[in-house]
Amino acid sequence: MFPTPSVPGGAAIRSFGEYQPSRVVTNADLEERVDTSDEWIQSRVGIKERRVAGPEDSVASMAVAAGGKALAAGGLSPEDIDLVIVATCTPQDQIPNTAATVAARLGIVAPGAFDLNAACAGFCYALGVASDMVRAGSSRNVLVIGSEKLTDWVDWDDRSTCVIFADGAGAAVVSASEENAIGPVVWGSSGERADKIYLRDHKYLWQEGQAVFRWTTTELYKTALEALERAGVAPGELTAFVPHQANLRIIESIAKKLGAPQALVARDIVTAGNTSSASIPLALSRMIGRGELPSGSTVLTLGFGAGLVYAAQVIRIP
Amino acid sequence: MAHTEQEILEGLGVIIEEIVGTEPSEVTPEKSFVDDLDIDSLSMVEIAVAAQDKFGVEIPDEQLKDLKTVQDVITFIQK
Repeated sequence: MFPTPSVPGGAAIRSFGEYQPSRVVTNADLEERVDTSDEWIQSRVGIKERRVAGPEDSVASMAVAAGGKALAAGGLSPEDIDLVIVATCTPQDQIPNTAATVAARLGIVAPGAFDLNAACAGFCYALGVASDMVRAGSSRNVLVIGSEKLTDWVDWDDRSTCVIFADGAGAAVVSASEENAIGPVVWGSSGERADKIYLRDHKYLWQEGQAVFRWTTTELYKTALEALERAGVAPGELTAFVPHQANLRIIESIAKKLGAPQALVARDIVTAGNTSSASIPLALSRMIGRGELPSGSTVLTLGFGAGLVYAAQVIRIP
Repeated sequence: MAHTEQEILEGLGVIIEEIVGTEPSEVTPEKSFVDDLDIDSLSMVEIAVAAQDKFGVEIPDEQLKDLKTVQDVITFIQK
């Protein structure tokens, strides 16, 4: 029938990039706005400060900044990229999509370009798709970006949510590789619990905190462990665990159940807040920048969020 | 299998010590989780999950807001 593509067989992350808005909002700043305290915020969600987009920052502009850095870090030119995936649940507009605009602004000519909405699991979903596209021979170099401007959807008078959400972008380039360095994605959803995280009045992020906490701390470690098993990696071999930066107590609870006490656990939320689909690549990029994840490190990612949706995979750090 | 009030109280003492580090002797029936034991809404979920494992009784999230004291939880588990 049709020709079978001749491909190296593997996919690997070649590089990362990140962008954070310059405006820092501390817990003390929020104390002035709503009835809350630094102690309350730190003990409930683990955040000290977060970044909030200014008027100059859009989902697309932040994606361009992070994506451009990932390209540069990977030693690639725009013409090397044949597919751009932007994971976002806060696009500025439904039409047109974000990915095509981002690609054009980066000087990438005529790539495949689409947005992907898997909420806070968006990066893991997009990475899984990119990896499979590369291994199937549909693409050679995919730019995967998670970019979010969650603060557009925050009720600044609601103290249960305004302390959590933030803005930013993280990006990775996925390339064809002799050696496969991205493990199989393990993903799933639970749409019968769609009412646990949603936009109240189609306007404001809202979540049922206790239900989300119970879900994440009692069920998701199984997805994480399955991703390890599918990748043939024992918990004891993990260099780091980089889950979605939703809440430090959720992160630490899941980490404890993995049987990987040696693994470094990402705590990027402390200074970056919850940036949804951007949180995992943002954390990875910043950890690499600080020298915490040497080349060859084995890292477990786990995204989870509104849907409910979730996904995990094991990656090797370039 | 039914648990006596004393068994549940002792079990809750162990669970609460594990989750928030409170001395088990502090956990007495009349104590309020929020006001006396300084237990927040997320720790209440952890206590509910651990209590379910220990006593085989599911405490759903909708129920948690009505369980204000240690005695409330004991009564719920015994029902």
